[in-house]
Amino acid sequence: MKVLRYLLQKEFKQIFRDKTILAMMFAMPIIQLIILPLAMNFDVKSINLAVVDHDHSTYSMKLLNKINASGYFKLVAASPSFQDAIQYIEREKADVVLEIPMGFERNLVREGQQPLGISIDAINGTKAAIGGNYLLSVIGDFNQQIPINATGFKPMGVIDLTWSNWFNPLAEYKYYIVPAVLVLLLTLIGGFMAALNIVREKEVGTIEQINVTPITKLEFISGKLIPFWVVGMIVFTLGLTVAYIVYGIWPVGSFLTIYIFAGTYLVALLGFGLLVSTYTENQLQAMFVAFFFMMIFMLMSGLFTAVDSMPGWARVIANLTPVTHFIKVIRMVVLKGSGFADVKWEFLYLVLFACILNGWAVYNYRKTS
Amino acid sequence: MADKVITCKNLTKKFGDFYAVHNISFDVSQGEIFGFLGANGAGKTTAMRILCGLSYPTSGEASVAGFDVYTQQERIKQNIGYMSQKFSLYENLTVLENITFFGGVYGVPAAQLKERSRQLIAKLGLTNEAKKLVASLPLGWKQKLAFSVAIFHEPKIVFLDEPTGGVDPVTRRQFWDMIYEAAANGITVFVTTHYMDEAEYCDRVTIMVDGKVEALDSPGNLKSRFDVTSMDEVFYRLARNAVRSGD
Repeated sequence: MKVLRYLLQKEFKQIFRDKTILAMMFAMPIIQLIILPLAMNFDVKSINLAVVDHDHSTYSMKLLNKINASGYFKLVAASPSFQDAIQYIEREKADVVLEIPMGFERNLVREGQQPLGISIDAINGTKAAIGGNYLLSVIGDFNQQIPINATGFKPMGVIDLTWSNWFNPLAEYKYYIVPAVLVLLLTLIGGFMAALNIVREKEVGTIEQINVTPITKLEFISGKLIPFWVVGMIVFTLGLTVAYIVYGIWPVGSFLTIYIFAGTYLVALLGFGLLVSTYTENQLQAMFVAFFFMMIFMLMSGLFTAVDSMPGWARVIANLTPVTHFIKVIRMVVLKGSGFADVKWEFLYLVLFACILNGWAVYNYRKTS
Repeated sequence: MADKVITCKNLTKKFGDFYAVHNISFDVSQGEIFGFLGANGAGKTTAMRILCGLSYPTSGEASVAGFDVYTQQERIKQNIGYMSQKFSLYENLTVLENITFFGGVYGVPAAQLKERSRQLIAKLGLTNEAKKLVASLPLGWKQKLAFSVAIFHEPKIVFLDEPTGGVDPVTRRQFWDMIYEAAANGITVFVTTHYMDEAEYCDRVTIMVDGKVEALDSPGNLKSRFDVTSMDEVFYRLARNAVRSGD
């Protein structure tokens, strides 16, 4: 225990002496939380629309006005022909082309139906899907309101849906992404800082001086874990504060649950970092190995895309990363107010990850080779 | 003869097919300054790392301070000090912090730690530098500090791996004064070097060539045996047949 005290003293002094790292550790949460949720916005607001109106009728004008008034579209061109309009998509000036054929009004009035042509640039799949849906719903709405449907005989059995978003009433992306960015912060500190720190001692050669002392493996590893754990929790707290001040996100669930999870998660991730450090010889290797896993963790964890919509095999991988479980929990607790009982299985997963990763790291760390 | 603090019998370390240390045997007595000589790549560092409990031997027996190198490395580590070839104090800690840290982890009681650190710093003439980062010290001072830290917890044996590499002659001389002082206090000094003038300062020297011990005696006896006037020539006679070169 006495030995641990000296190790902790040394470690904290070194952390607080490295001004660059220190600045990064505290600037990172603030900047990431402010920039990422604003930038990574999947609410599609400005879909560039090119229109080919062959009809030039009252109805076609009304439809275009309605689309314009919806606020989601920006009319970038009114082209005389489809060939001309498609050029806008090719030049990435437009995302969607709406083609209104000749006789649009006449066919609608006389025959009660009229096909429309919509072409969407699907390079950005999300934007294409969402933009297409918006356009369809605006046209559907228009369809309901045209006089022939509004005043004429009502079609039988129309199902009118009323729907509401729970836990995130306006379906705003920030509520989805901000809790995840908090997880990201802990992941970066846990996964990289401790790993690079130990490997640095290997590079400089001080680890040999440590290995030749009677410091036990457990003491050494605790001496590395505890300082970064403390720093991680401070950064996390800072992150929660920024989330409240900037986005007004105040966890619906209990802070205790959040902190218990954050603490356990950080132990697991630090264990991962330690494990990386025991297998690598220099900071470059450690960086690459850690980065490789971090990419998988980030992309598979449901940070950006829902784990539920992944294929079965991918979901298995996703569940094998601790990140997935913590992201799930923090969203549940922050947005939905889930209690500890709702997420107890996830807690067990995280404890298991913490034990395995740290146990492995302690086992693999050799004082004598 | 005083107590044997290091004994080594047929000690061997193989890396694949390569014998880094091949069947070496020797004893070191308490309070002795034992020089471990050899060209680069002769196996000095490997042998020393085994004795410090940093590396497992492949075969043979060895004990340090009465503890076995296979099974009791942690006990060995409580009884030795070690100064590696690479400077290995923390450059981003101050002089005082380094002394406190290493003293602390070796179990120097907190009550003594403060006073003894102060005395040590005064003795080294580093009073004005005590609160400066070690990184800012010149190499010679760093080496003297590293040695002082290695014996701060009053170990039975101190292992020095090329402690004076790259150090100017005046500082080297001062460094050897410190070694003598430590030996006078009963600390056994096990030192590797390839400066042959330093070999003359040792009580006994071992010359390693290609992983084997080629000679083991006092510098005086070695010189008369080979009928030469300096250790330099003794070393040259033994080492010129070496197959391995460089590191």
